[in-house]
Amino acid sequence: MQGIQTFFETTLNVPAGWALVGAAVLFSLLIFIVLALFVIVAVWLERKVSAVIQDRWGPMRAGLTMQGELQTIADTVKLLMKEDIIPSRVDKLLFIIAPLLVFTASFMVTTVLPFGPAGVASNMDLGIFFLLAVSSLGVVGIVMAGWASNNKWSLYGAMRSVAQIVSYEIPIALLVIAIVMYTGTFSVTGIVEAQDTGHGFLGWFAIRNPFLFIGMIIFLIAGTAENNRNPFDLPESESELVAGFHTEYTGMRFAFFFLAEYVNMFIMGMLLAVLFFGGYTPPVYLSSVADMPVLNVLFGNSVLWIILKALGVVIIQMWFRWTFPRIRVDQLMYTCWKVLIPFSMAIVVLNGFWMKLFNLV
Amino acid sequence: MAKIHSEEMFINMGPHHPSTHGVLQLKLHTDGEIVTKIDPVIGYLHRTFEKHAENLTYPQIIPFTDRADYIAAMNNNWAYVMAVEKLMGLEVPEYIEYLRVIIGELNRIASHLLFYGTFGLDSGAFTPLLYSFREREKILDLFEMTCGARLLYNYMWIGGVSHDLPDGFIEKTYDFLNDFYFRKDGKDAITEFNQLLTGNKIFIERNADVGVLKPEDAVNLGVTGPALRATGMNWDLRRNTPYSIYDRFEWDVPVGKGLYGTVGDNMDRYLIRMDEMIESAKIVKQALDQLAGVEKVDVQAAVPKRVKPDAGKEIYFRAENPRGELGFYIKSDGSLKPSRLKMRSPAFCNLSALSEMAEGWMVSDVVMILGSLDIVLGEIDR
Repeated sequence: MQGIQTFFETTLNVPAGWALVGAAVLFSLLIFIVLALFVIVAVWLERKVSAVIQDRWGPMRAGLTMQGELQTIADTVKLLMKEDIIPSRVDKLLFIIAPLLVFTASFMVTTVLPFGPAGVASNMDLGIFFLLAVSSLGVVGIVMAGWASNNKWSLYGAMRSVAQIVSYEIPIALLVIAIVMYTGTFSVTGIVEAQDTGHGFLGWFAIRNPFLFIGMIIFLIAGTAENNRNPFDLPESESELVAGFHTEYTGMRFAFFFLAEYVNMFIMGMLLAVLFFGGYTPPVYLSSVADMPVLNVLFGNSVLWIILKALGVVIIQMWFRWTFPRIRVDQLMYTCWKVLIPFSMAIVVLNGFWMKLFNLV
Repeated sequence: MAKIHSEEMFINMGPHHPSTHGVLQLKLHTDGEIVTKIDPVIGYLHRTFEKHAENLTYPQIIPFTDRADYIAAMNNNWAYVMAVEKLMGLEVPEYIEYLRVIIGELNRIASHLLFYGTFGLDSGAFTPLLYSFREREKILDLFEMTCGARLLYNYMWIGGVSHDLPDGFIEKTYDFLNDFYFRKDGKDAITEFNQLLTGNKIFIERNADVGVLKPEDAVNLGVTGPALRATGMNWDLRRNTPYSIYDRFEWDVPVGKGLYGTVGDNMDRYLIRMDEMIESAKIVKQALDQLAGVEKVDVQAAVPKRVKPDAGKEIYFRAENPRGELGFYIKSDGSLKPSRLKMRSPAFCNLSALSEMAEGWMVSDVVMILGSLDIVLGEIDR
């Protein structure tokens, strides 16, 4: 974003304050477009991935290539045109705010995500800290939705959601601590730079450090739970709670929850890429092609790689969803408190020993 | 610190809930996630079948038995026509018996396949449904070839069946059985099902030791079928009160062994049905093998023109349905219509065990336990 700001200031002679505002607006729009495109692709991909897993075709008719590539657009139009129903006995204010809050919380996280070496909206020193703090705001929206709906199934979903998200934040935070110990910085770009060793994938934390490799697996599990995706989709478990916290929502209000879920998946993918897979660094790094137009994208630091990595994680989450049954709420708590948290703590400690052993401190 | 006041929450599960398998309403009293009391409410699908039957001639009742247990309509037809045949003292040709066994056991497989899919859905896995329907579709295609219908067949007639097996039926059935179980290269459907769901750690955790039903409770509550056999009781009407030609085939009665947990838990009820599909496939294969040596007859030749049992005769006949013991009590007054018809539906009695099994478990478990009973509301309400 600094690049855009400098461009405004120097080339267009915009005053410093306005240049900042202009750059911020432009960059948020850019992120929004990337995310919107991602959601469109991801929803289509989810249908196609599930179709492949389930031995069927999936959407075919929308679009020109017989692969249903315009299906998401058709879905969105359908959702937009649906009647907006607010049930008569709901808490109207909270009912309306809830989807917006969930959606906003998801989008706010993207401020600190590094799309490229200079492609981060706000390269704050406490980036990863900000990310953890803001991403848990979404749960407030879910509780609001569950409470305001005046529906017992929604309330069940909301209560489960709180228990789940609050618990699973702990292993995630512990693993982030392990990474921060390693890099010595809370900054998201700082973490990526620490993995940008010029040796490609050998510099990634998941490869470089065996404890962080285990940590990556724990992070993937906890992240899936954090996103309320199967096998941890208890807050909206269709076969038990009808539709969980969004039972009473229709049309565009429902679409906001839906959108937030996919944005969260993307964020989780980005986060996994940043923390364990070197963010925007390529798997094979060639310094000799740094000036060439296409090859520098493939073999240098670029937005392409972080998007691909995030997409890979998203596809893994989809694979989970379409093959696993759902776990029960007490097993969910058991998994978190008795398995994931002790393991994450052990990883923090062992990571310290590892650093001492190789004189990284 | 003052004690936090908490009270039981009352919650209606159904009649339009995705996991009650139809229009069943469960009144749940919950303490947090734990269900303390379950009160099933039935009757949303009541169609006065039994009273209606008093105003229909005997053959006219057959289509209504289709609509009782619409998942296993063939077996319902069969139990009813066997009851009427016994009442009239009618002998059925051997060829017809073979046809009925083949079709009836295929329908048992189809019914258990639906169970496999919906049980997966109840546990949160969507994909098994698609795979089970792929196989079920083949059976429905076979039925469509035979009698033109895919769900409600009206196939078994008193003294016969409506259509003979069409050309190509036997080959297609062999193909189906081969793909389903008998091919030994590990690509058969049963192996696929087991890989997808049975061995899954989450699935086992969800079902092992959950909803345990003791044999004595099962007997007292009138639980029959796979749910009874899962408790370890070796009771199958096809074996214990042999009817039709089941004594000519070699097959086993699977009983609950508690492979993953306690005997009589959800997992046992699930495994029993998976095993029963294999046993049914064996029966169908043997029946097809033996069919070649059976004299072919006109399938409608033995159908009586007028079904008119002697006055005052009555009968209670029971047969093994995919869901359990399906009984028909028929009393004749010498006219063309029965003076009383009572249907003992297995799902109705099995449902009465739900409170016994599910109280004290969580909401998610109630869904699974209900799913493991494999109820059909059309049969419960009649």
